[in-house]
Amino acid sequence: MSLKVQANGTDETCATFVLLNEDHTLGNALRYMIMKNPEVEFCGYSITHPSESKINFRIQTRGGLPAVEPFRRGLTELMDVCQHVLNTFETSIKEYKDRKENEME
Amino acid sequence: MAAQGSSIVEEMRNRVILGEFGVRNVHTTDFPGNYPGYDDTWDQEKFEKNFRVDVVHMTEDTLEFDMIGIDAAIANAFRRILLAEVPTMAVEKVFVYNNTSIIQDEILAHRLGLIPIKADPRLFEYKNQGDEEGTEIDTLQFQLKIKCTRNPRASKDSSDPNELYLNHRVYTKHMQWVPIGNQADMFPDSAIRPVHEDILIAQLRPGQELDLCMHCVKGIGKDHAKFSPVATASYRLLPEISLLQPIEGELAEKLRKCFSPGVIEVQNLNGRRVAKVANARLDTCTREIFRHEEFKNLVRLARVRDHYIFSVESTGVLPPDVLMSEAIKVLMSKCQRFLEELDLSQME
Repeated sequence: MSLKVQANGTDETCATFVLLNEDHTLGNALRYMIMKNPEVEFCGYSITHPSESKINFRIQTRGGLPAVEPFRRGLTELMDVCQHVLNTFETSIKEYKDRKENEME
Repeated sequence: MAAQGSSIVEEMRNRVILGEFGVRNVHTTDFPGNYPGYDDTWDQEKFEKNFRVDVVHMTEDTLEFDMIGIDAAIANAFRRILLAEVPTMAVEKVFVYNNTSIIQDEILAHRLGLIPIKADPRLFEYKNQGDEEGTEIDTLQFQLKIKCTRNPRASKDSSDPNELYLNHRVYTKHMQWVPIGNQADMFPDSAIRPVHEDILIAQLRPGQELDLCMHCVKGIGKDHAKFSPVATASYRLLPEISLLQPIEGELAEKLRKCFSPGVIEVQNLNGRRVAKVANARLDTCTREIFRHEEFKNLVRLARVRDHYIFSVESTGVLPPDVLMSEAIKVLMSKCQRFLEELDLSQME
């Protein structure tokens, strides 16, 4: 569950997303992807309290871009990265297994 | 593009340096705007060109592979997911009908929980909270019923418990799978069992007995470590040792002794003994050289920032390559979940 929090008196270029049931696993990976976006001025996250399983994910953008956009793009890009890692990993494993099988014969 | 060739900048971006008094350039800094002359914007094409996975060694339950061309944030996400978010089946409830052994019910239940159960978690569903009765789709049942007796055929003056008693050691092989519903048809004989048959659960003496029923459910390591599918999953960066000047003679021999065996080789070149880095991969990143004044400025110790040597050790529930694939899929489904939620909230 994600929730967008907008502070009073700010436009939609700054927003905090509250991601429930997430931690450094998604937080840090997503932060990296979003920081790679030149339109993002600031991106960071914090774990509010060790016994609360949620993170506050902060994004501030340049040039009037709504903060949702880099958030969405980061998620999409992270997914594309995972897909490529998965394909490459499975190909390598298959190659390794085939090679071992050939050696056995 | 003036900075592109600068070796200092390149080192800052691509290497973690092990110095005498600390580790330098630990954090990822290649973000847009940080380095003039570099375009650090995310580029999927460039990533796909550089990314590589090399399998080094694989057995039934261990896997070592190199993952090259990825950032720590993402590599670490895979490691964390392997430990805490890839589901497995484990004993969750123990019904104790009789336990006259000296091991207390709660300790016994805890021990049973930690036994790895050979069952493919992908074929099961999570049990809903509040569901009292388990069903064939979310629960596995095991029975452990055993009683220790004296061995009537033991010789009189024996003092060996193995000879004196029958069933005095309770092992995982004594756990009997009890199929629920259509499970008997779904899984062929003995497909569902503890991974190892020789884990000692309890010790009994004549007259003591155990009569237990166990329910296994699907869960993740975040909830309880018993659900973790790996004994350990870790990565390290590839070490890199550079000799800044030729090191010869006695010094070469001394340098070889500073490192783990096989890292430095002393070669014979026209009668001179010259040190050469043979295999930096074997290095344990010892900083012994900094204890010797003569080496301090001759050797550079570093680690390649985007070269991860992963080591995955499965508990035996699933093969390690399947675990890794599952971990990647878990991260993808996290992204998918939030994207779907974004779409939903923007439609409103």
